[in-house]
Amino acid sequence: MCTYLTELAEIQGSGKSATGYIPLTTAMVCVDHPQHAPFEHTVNIDFLNPDLGPSARVAVELTEESALALIEAIRAALAAAPPGLASAQPPA
Amino acid sequence: MYDAMLAETITLTGHSGDTIEAYSARPLTAGPLGGVVVIHHMPGYDEGTKEMVRRFAAEGFNAVCPNLYTREAPGASPDDASATARALGGVPDERLVGDVAGAAAYLRGLSSSNGRVGTIGHCSGGRQSFLAAAHLELQAAVDCYGAFVTGTVPEGFPLQVQPIGHLAADLSCPLLGIFGADDKYPSPEAVAELEELLKAAGKEYEFHSYEDAGHGFFAVDRPGYRPQAATDGWTKILDFYRRHLGA
Repeated sequence: MCTYLTELAEIQGSGKSATGYIPLTTAMVCVDHPQHAPFEHTVNIDFLNPDLGPSARVAVELTEESALALIEAIRAALAAAPPGLASAQPPA
Repeated sequence: MYDAMLAETITLTGHSGDTIEAYSARPLTAGPLGGVVVIHHMPGYDEGTKEMVRRFAAEGFNAVCPNLYTREAPGASPDDASATARALGGVPDERLVGDVAGAAAYLRGLSSSNGRVGTIGHCSGGRQSFLAAAHLELQAAVDCYGAFVTGTVPEGFPLQVQPIGHLAADLSCPLLGIFGADDKYPSPEAVAELEELLKAAGKEYEFHSYEDAGHGFFAVDRPGYRPQAATDGWTKILDFYRRHLGA
């Protein structure tokens, strides 16, 4: 099914696109048909910078299990680091 | 048998007079030929969709697929264009109708045209094929497992499109519906609901639901591909178009 579901988040950081590193401003998450992954549906995460055009994009297509494992890995990595270390405004 | 055809990227005039990109395939014959507007699925104006356009030309129809994401992402690769369009909220229904109208006008303007035009779409395009047939003067419409023509939106589902079953009474042409019995969107119940609406409106329709087939069973590069259902489905589509788009 085409779920039409789309979650957007404002982000700060960089990603490596087809043309090299670019600043990223938007993350888009949807559960829908993948372009490439061999599954009917995947969790599709696009890191975008709309100001730089459609090809300013870093894309991943993950199974539900993989997406949840990724969330846990991010949480674990953040929990293991000093609080605020990777914040846009790190503690003084 | 002479079977040459021309397939190429063109531009046509879409909604609001906008110039949009499209992929066209035409048999190199004088005609008269029927025309098919292929509405691409949400993942975009991709190779699989272009192959479908060429298939219709090989079967003796003029065919064209407008790039519905031309405005948001001109010249972008299909996956990038799809992501961009999605981030901006997708294709508005009104704009879709205008773009299909432009594609139909392009087909009718070809010297080989017999003036008869049909639409086809899969998945989101199936809903849009129905939508176009309710707003435009067409001669045949094919809906391949289009979700949310009818059906109930699940609670908490952040759906950005609304069901359009109430437009059944406005259909300008016969409708061919191709579905998978294992599909959840549209479910067999949603398909039955659409059938009731078409019956009540006195519309000509023909539905085929395939056992052991789910969503997207025509797509040859996906795990849901079902060769028997897809092969029979193609036969049904071509037969339907020959009957309704023939000279």
